Amino acid sequence: MLTVNRYKCCYCGACVGACPTAALELVETWLEVSLECKECGICTKICPVGALEVKA
Amino acid sequence: MSIKCDLVVVGAGPGGSMAAKTAAAAGLDVIMLEKRQEIGDPVRCAEGVGRRALCEMVKPDPRWIASEVKGAKIYAPDGTSIVMSEDKSGSEVGYVLERKVFDRALAMDAARAGAKVMVKTRALWLLRRDGVLSGVSAMHMGEPLQIEAPLIVGADGVESKVGRWAGIDTVLKPKDIHCCAQFLVQDKSINDEYCEFFFGNSKAPGGYVWAFPKGEKLANVGIGVQGSKSGSGMPIRLLKEFMKSRFPDGKVVEMVTGGDPSSGVIESATADGVILVGDAARQTDPITGGGILNAMKAGIIAGEVAAKAVSSGDVSKAGLKGYEDRWRADIGRHIARSYEYKEFFVKLTDDDLNQLIGSLKNEDISKMDLRGMLRVLFRLNPKLLWELRHLVI
Repeated sequence: MLTVNRYKCCYCGACVGACPTAALELVETWLEVSLECKECGICTKICPVGALEVKA
Repeated sequence: MSIKCDLVVVGAGPGGSMAAKTAAAAGLDVIMLEKRQEIGDPVRCAEGVGRRALCEMVKPDPRWIASEVKGAKIYAPDGTSIVMSEDKSGSEVGYVLERKVFDRALAMDAARAGAKVMVKTRALWLLRRDGVLSGVSAMHMGEPLQIEAPLIVGADGVESKVGRWAGIDTVLKPKDIHCCAQFLVQDKSINDEYCEFFFGNSKAPGGYVWAFPKGEKLANVGIGVQGSKSGSGMPIRLLKEFMKSRFPDGKVVEMVTGGDPSSGVIESATADGVILVGDAARQTDPITGGGILNAMKAGIIAGEVAAKAVSSGDVSKAGLKGYEDRWRADIGRHIARSYEYKEFFVKLTDDDLNQLIGSLKNEDISKMDLRGMLRVLFRLNPKLLWELRHLVI
């Protein structure tokens, strides 16, 4: 499962632009993860602050 | 609730506002949506722009100019530095803006030209009637809102959805996005006169570190790392390391992050009833990362083409061809060239970078533009730059 550390997230939307399945959406300060997420992990590498993690 | 207009602009950044302003001034009934409650904040940008190109599009206003710089200072990994003068070092130095004020000023210009601006309003999907685009479904302050319009400008930034909804593939591959972090730093050792660029594969893999002065010993100190070379949280970690070595006493008074498209020219920036502008169209310069001026130029073109297309009744992809032709002939050409530079640049080792920057140490580059400097670089380092010969000659 993709988890968002909301205490860390700087809500810049970089992950949204790199998500291949359009599973992410940035709403003001809130990053939404939809069921489209395939847990590919690309966003976890892209996040400038390391707020995203795929957890088993 | 349902409303009607001629053109919906999604996103109130510089690209969206210029499109809205231009289209409204040409007589269209325009609604510009901004999903945030405040336009321009938080910033995701180093805020540097070329003075001349900016002044061709808007009248400079001291309220949104944080500082004026003389030029660029470029540091090799070994610490060697060279200086380029302001009007010759490409379009990315000149003014350092106060984007929070700048973005709002452009949105207000759009409003003055007649565009309606709606904040805290997020586009959710594109509406279609009998397969033809007929508007945008949106959410305004938590309430659903349908806006009927024949044409949509997607100026919705790096996280753009408008293009994807219209069937345009705008997904950024990790190698084609730069992951950025930036501190607004107060420190007595800040160079108030030059935009500084620091290169090195251990400093910023596939990118660079910058320090853009904002006046009175303040600067945007930031980093861009190529996505494919980045890892979880790497940009912020490397930026902190840079701060320790360069500005150990620097005080961080703001922190922002962002993703910068560096994917080069996209295959299509239009679809039936849709025009993409700025970061949404990946119109950022892949080598400098600069996107403000390109977005504004594209916004103006989009506004003009939108006005014609809506009044002629042909908003199909074919009817929007004028936009494709014009942006590609202007900024597209530069982006394509910069993309080749970027693809080459990201392969350079620190030794290569030291050699290239060091080779200019004894050359008078103060009066050269980027192209002239590349010619000199090529003359001095033919073997290293052989791959780029078609761009230089």
